[in-house]
Amino acid sequence: MTPEFGTGKSSGTAARVFAWVDERFHISPLLDYMRHKQVPVHRDTLWYYMGGVSLFLFMVQVASGILLVLYYKPDEASAFESVRFISTKVSFGWLIRSVHSWSANLMVFFVFVHMFSTFFTRAYKKPRELTWMTGFVMLVLVMGFGFTGYLLPWNELAFFATKVGTDIAGAVPLIGNATKILLRGGEDVTGATLTRFYAIHIALLPAIFTAILGIHLLFVQRQGMHEPESVQKLPPERRKMMPFFPNFLLRDTLLWLMVLNMLLFLAVFFPWELGEKADPFASAPQGIRPEWYFMFMFQTLKLLPGHVWFMEGEVLGIMAFMVMGLAWMLVPFWEMKRRPDGRARPITIIGVVGIIYMVVLTIWGYLV
Amino acid sequence: MALTRRDFTKLLLGGGLLGWLGSALYPVISYLKPPKVPEANVQSVKAGLASAFAVNTAQIVKFGRKPVILVRSESGEFRAFSATCTHLDCIVQYRGDLKQIWCACHNGLYDLHGRNVSGPPPRPLDEYAVNVVSDEILVSRMA
Amino acid sequence: MRNRLRFAWVALALCAATMAVTPAARADEDEERAAGRESAAVDHCVACHTEEDLLPEGHLAADVHMKPGLSCAGCHGGDPASDDEEIAMSPAAGFRGVPSKKDIPAFCGRCHSDIGFMRAYQPRIPTDQVGQYFTSVHGQRLKEGDKKVADCTSCHSSHGILPASDTRSTVHALNVPATCGHCHGDADYMASYGIPTDQLSKFAGSVHGVALLENQDTGAPACNDCHGNHGATPPGISSIGQVCGHCHVNNMQYFTDSAMGRAFVEEGYHGCEECHGNHAVDKTSDTMVGTGEGSVCLDCHADGDTGFEAAGAIHSELTQLDALYGDALAAQENVQRIGMDDVEIAFMLQEAHQSLIQARTLVHTFDPERVKTKTDEGVEKAKGALDAAAEQVKDHQVRRRGFGLATLFTTVLALALFLWIRQMEANA
Repeated sequence: MTPEFGTGKSSGTAARVFAWVDERFHISPLLDYMRHKQVPVHRDTLWYYMGGVSLFLFMVQVASGILLVLYYKPDEASAFESVRFISTKVSFGWLIRSVHSWSANLMVFFVFVHMFSTFFTRAYKKPRELTWMTGFVMLVLVMGFGFTGYLLPWNELAFFATKVGTDIAGAVPLIGNATKILLRGGEDVTGATLTRFYAIHIALLPAIFTAILGIHLLFVQRQGMHEPESVQKLPPERRKMMPFFPNFLLRDTLLWLMVLNMLLFLAVFFPWELGEKADPFASAPQGIRPEWYFMFMFQTLKLLPGHVWFMEGEVLGIMAFMVMGLAWMLVPFWEMKRRPDGRARPITIIGVVGIIYMVVLTIWGYLV
Repeated sequence: MALTRRDFTKLLLGGGLLGWLGSALYPVISYLKPPKVPEANVQSVKAGLASAFAVNTAQIVKFGRKPVILVRSESGEFRAFSATCTHLDCIVQYRGDLKQIWCACHNGLYDLHGRNVSGPPPRPLDEYAVNVVSDEILVSRMA
Repeated sequence: MRNRLRFAWVALALCAATMAVTPAARADEDEERAAGRESAAVDHCVACHTEEDLLPEGHLAADVHMKPGLSCAGCHGGDPASDDEEIAMSPAAGFRGVPSKKDIPAFCGRCHSDIGFMRAYQPRIPTDQVGQYFTSVHGQRLKEGDKKVADCTSCHSSHGILPASDTRSTVHALNVPATCGHCHGDADYMASYGIPTDQLSKFAGSVHGVALLENQDTGAPACNDCHGNHGATPPGISSIGQVCGHCHVNNMQYFTDSAMGRAFVEEGYHGCEECHGNHAVDKTSDTMVGTGEGSVCLDCHADGDTGFEAAGAIHSELTQLDALYGDALAAQENVQRIGMDDVEIAFMLQEAHQSLIQARTLVHTFDPERVKTKTDEGVEKAKGALDAAAEQVKDHQVRRRGFGLATLFTTVLALALFLWIRQMEANA
């Protein structure tokens, strides 16, 4: 540890350990570099924490996920029973399970908040284009985590939501059917789907996500934090800064502590339901719904007419979302020129409209 | 020496961290220890000692949520079936005089292969596999 | 001239020989009945009647007589090999035409009472139907010339006969009530007989009727399971109470061995029917036994006699267990709802329910002591379930307290961190 923190007693040992490592790996230049990282302090500094909260929730997911893997059984016959077993028989299993489910939802929420806060502060602009793009890719991966994880308890709602979701994936022209069969591990949603989703959820996605996360964090560390324009306009001596180590990090820790407590609160007072075991031969229950973060897309597809011009409404909807997603990811490259009269930028309007659209359609989806 | 603010903070930090770590690690370590019944989906259940099981008698055994009737025939062989009658879900019993499984509710009869041979039951009883390992009777699902 | 004469004699002789042989061959009953089985390439009966649109009403190709090739001639006689109506349907060819109502049992019995003939088609089929039929009211009235009463075709149909195992058959278990009810449920038709015509409607509303007709449970009795098929409730039988014990074994056994059972025999009461009815057998409830409203015991017993006391005791035992079971069931549902483990509780509940069913069966001993032994068993199990449920609810509470403790530690640590940050920045 750097000599700045730590009590007087331990710095002797810490310093010796540090010296041993430094001799072999020359990490002092690296640490010096990191020590100089500064975080701008201004009224939007709060948003800087959103990324860290997302990261924290990811770590909670990994930890609780690993614990769940010790007892979960990914085959059709035992999946549901194993989740029930964890929730009822394993000591604190109920806690781990509910924390995992709640943290998943919170992570998606905070990732969206993180994305929109960087969007509205226009942090995606040069030189941070790749940071934005890797971030968007991670958003998609997180939704993939949610989709695959949702099936694992193998209950009625999850089974049918997966059926509907993969059906929608199958509606994409050209590659749709192949994708659907690849995802399902066959024509229908079966135990093979469960195994596949499990592999994707605990192995494939974590590997890809971790790699991209590493790159994303590397970029952030290398480039430092983006300052909003109002701060950029100030002369250097008037900009307030705080060191990343330890100040910002300690604040991060404090926030993470509170987020963790909130997670525990949710797990204890709003435990996640078990549901009913999936029965592939029963008819679909009423009110199959995807998770809330897919709801706006689901509701949009439901509202589109059966046929638009020469295309099926559903296909049009999916294509539209894909195009919009792509456009969103490429926002650093196509942003419109700033209007001279100082009114709201087109890009801000687009962002606000986007949020309103998603919120309204999500609520609509639940009201129907 | 009076406690400085700095010392107080450090004490609080140390104590708080220790307490918090304890409250965080306790559930995790507890979780790692396997519960008494170490497996989820009940695949097999122990049903006592074979040597203590009289011939031409039966016992109801709990298999997860379901009752199972474990029968020892006159020849000494063990057989196990679902104990829920396929007619109207009453619990069946073994009749040593008839050497058949009987449902008292509406006089349904099943043979020692679980086949519904007389009365209202429309379907046979599901069969379970029985193995005797070192005198211990193990009832498990059919492969 | 001599050749022509010889030819004429030979022709005449041949004709005579043919005419002599053919009726003799046709006189053979077996061959006649099996006419359709012969290697006649076309069944002219069916072919011609189909062409002329003269097939009898309800004719089915799947009819149990059509299928093995017995065809029309098998019952009505005649020659299916001939396409000439005058030959095929001539008495000389054995044609019998349509039998009168009174002759129908004999018409069917010609084969169906002859095991020598029937065993070639179904070795185990009974051949006593006609004999049984004439012991029944239907058979006796038919002999007297009653034109309205049921004959073979009334229930089995004439040309669309299917085996009882076929779900389309008029005599399949699920269809039997409608078949009997066709006459017995028709008040106008049955007006001259002076017997009730509400049996079908009563049965349909009963626990057996609902099981059979709504739930398609063929384990439940249809009319013939209690009244018989061909010898349906012959004269002289005033009660079919003995039949109930065929399925309700324990109830019948307990009742027969009880003091009440013996008394019923002495008084000439109709066993099960006295309390449970015959067609309108309702789902039983605990109110049927006891001293309150709706109790059947009050039909004979009154305040002060031992029966009255016993009824009251039995009723209170049952209702006590039933109430406790209801509480335990509610507790289990609550445990399930709050997301705690209800598997053990469900199992205990199953056992308690079993005790309740057995206790209700023991009512037929009319012995409060025996009922009490069983209800005590059930009460213990229900209480066990309730205790287990309470445990789960307690655990649920413990979780909240644990959370409180964890929050305490978190708050302390958070406070410490906050102070440290402030101090660090104050010094900087």
